[in-house]
Amino acid sequence: MPGHTTTETWIILGATSSMARALSRALAEQGHALLLAGRDTEDMKRLAADCDARGAAWAQAVAFDARKPATFTPLIEKLSEQEGMLNAAVFVGSMPEQSAIDEDPSLIDGTVTDSFTGPARFLQMMAPLIEARGGGTVVGIGSVAGDRGRVGNYVYGAAKAGFHTYLSGLRNRLGRSGAHVVTVKPGFVDTAMTWGIEGMFLVAPPEKVAQDILRAVERKKNVIYTPFFWRYIMLIIRSIPEPIFKKLSI
Amino acid sequence: MRWKSDTYSGWGRALSADGDLARPERISALKGLPPTPAFGARRSYGDACLNSDGRAIDMTRLDRILSFDPESGEVEAEAGVAVGELARIFAPQGWIPTVMPGTGFATVGGAIGMDVHGKNHHRDGAFGNHVKAIRLIHQGKAKTITPEKNAMLFKATLGGLGQTGLIVSARLQMTPIPGLAMKVRESRAGDLDEHLALLDASDAPYTVGWIDATAKGDALGRGIVEEGEHSGDLPPRDGKAKTVPADAPRFALSKPVVKAFNARYYNRIPEEGRTRLRTMSDFFFPLDRVLNWNRLYGKHGFHQFQCVVPTDAVETLRGMIDSVARSGLASPLAVLKRLGSQSAGFLSFPMEGYTLAVDFPNRARAQGLIRSLGEQTAQAGGRIYLAKDSLADGATIKAMYPDWTKWQAEADKADPERLLETDLIRRLDLRST
Repeated sequence: MPGHTTTETWIILGATSSMARALSRALAEQGHALLLAGRDTEDMKRLAADCDARGAAWAQAVAFDARKPATFTPLIEKLSEQEGMLNAAVFVGSMPEQSAIDEDPSLIDGTVTDSFTGPARFLQMMAPLIEARGGGTVVGIGSVAGDRGRVGNYVYGAAKAGFHTYLSGLRNRLGRSGAHVVTVKPGFVDTAMTWGIEGMFLVAPPEKVAQDILRAVERKKNVIYTPFFWRYIMLIIRSIPEPIFKKLSI
Repeated sequence: MRWKSDTYSGWGRALSADGDLARPERISALKGLPPTPAFGARRSYGDACLNSDGRAIDMTRLDRILSFDPESGEVEAEAGVAVGELARIFAPQGWIPTVMPGTGFATVGGAIGMDVHGKNHHRDGAFGNHVKAIRLIHQGKAKTITPEKNAMLFKATLGGLGQTGLIVSARLQMTPIPGLAMKVRESRAGDLDEHLALLDASDAPYTVGWIDATAKGDALGRGIVEEGEHSGDLPPRDGKAKTVPADAPRFALSKPVVKAFNARYYNRIPEEGRTRLRTMSDFFFPLDRVLNWNRLYGKHGFHQFQCVVPTDAVETLRGMIDSVARSGLASPLAVLKRLGSQSAGFLSFPMEGYTLAVDFPNRARAQGLIRSLGEQTAQAGGRIYLAKDSLADGATIKAMYPDWTKWQAEADKADPERLLETDLIRRLDLRST
């Protein structure tokens, strides 16, 4: 994209997801440097090669596991060695079936770690680096599921709601040093997570989400819904009075 | 990997299948998977990408570029990468895929499985002639095959309809280009003889003829010949893609509409011809600007008939075009092109001759006409293109492809239990003797 003359470094947490892939590619085509972090290193090496071919300053696959904080430190060190602005995009998260959680409540811990506390802990470690550079952007992928607890996936929703609140606080903090935080709330996106699940409608391609994110970063938006109409869908869902809402299964 | 029960079809939408589909996003998802048919963008028209009452793998999310050498122009890409995406990414760096089919949405895996050709076949051969290696999951194991080390298996895989294993990725030789524009000469051909003479005489790297399949009598076979070459000049801007929002009603492509459209399309080119600069996507993938254009044929879908006949079978070709024109069934999408002799695979479509492609709405009368065109093709010693076909019978096809038994032997070795069979393979009975 024209207008981007300086190379910035982006760390993408959860880079194997298809939304992360689409954003990584778009950032590569703008010439940025990319640290692609996730668990499946073999697959991320393929994505790194892909981003290289598309014009990334460089792209490297690095190991990251939201449940293993030991993997965070080397990444923070790596980031501190880079010159210029530092940015992060967080795509990690997990959504077990609510019925599986009902059978084994210990799954809650993993869901909350993957979707909230793991990435929050990483961002907490990275925040001083961002502040020291006096700029940069953090993109946090939340979910419309975090806007209201529903019978179908309230544990995942609760974890995402926690992450939303964390991002809001981080935005408040980083704003003081010129950095920015974008909270992204995707609706239904055509990914491996939604493939074959019944009841999906208005499903957006991951490339559309990536475009929306880039636009939000450029315009320093605080909270976006993608596609945009989910803002209105969620407005309606949030405005249903609790006595009625508790009887619905939507 | 999650499986989704769905009804799906090829580009023509006349045939469909009910089955379970998976769409892996990571390469590790393919490990330990029993042999399963795979498809790419489903841009083949008939039933080559269908597996009724079975499973199939959608490869479009395995779409990474694995390596690129800016010196040699060699690229390795996963099977789900669209050919047009390769052109979009690498053209600014001076390279494009050496062979590009008429739609940029076709994937690398699909282009190999069908051994597709483009407007430069007469010069550069088919897609398979520029494939240097294929990564294949073959009998449960991933292996890289090359034309040097695995001559027979390689030839059985190019144009091999996915029957030798799952194509995971491939190494391709791209071609250098001087710039992003195409310099295109457009000339009117008043009748079939003029049309063929223009195609024969052209020494342009890219040549294609649009044919007015509604013109009869003295104007039979009239059309526009486009001759293109790469140019370093500044290209015009690309228009934005449009979409067909819903299935069109039947009159959208009725006889008077098509006749009027074709006359305008023909007459827009001045009598003395013209030369202009066009963008690469406009020249190579003119229909890609209208997403879902297959919906113009309505919910019943359409058939494309594509054959190639030897250059000495001009009278057969004339007879075929005449029966198409008399039927009043043709759509504006009709193409005439000269193919060269290069062929890469045992079941590759291209052979020296003239290829004719015509779209028909899916109606009983059109099916009868397509069958009769197929018979005329067979009698003339020509071939039907399996990427387009949905109506031919096995005996006819087997007679058209002399290396069919060699392909079959390799397919049997690769997949003895015939787990990779698709609807097309079963309809044409291609795996049985």
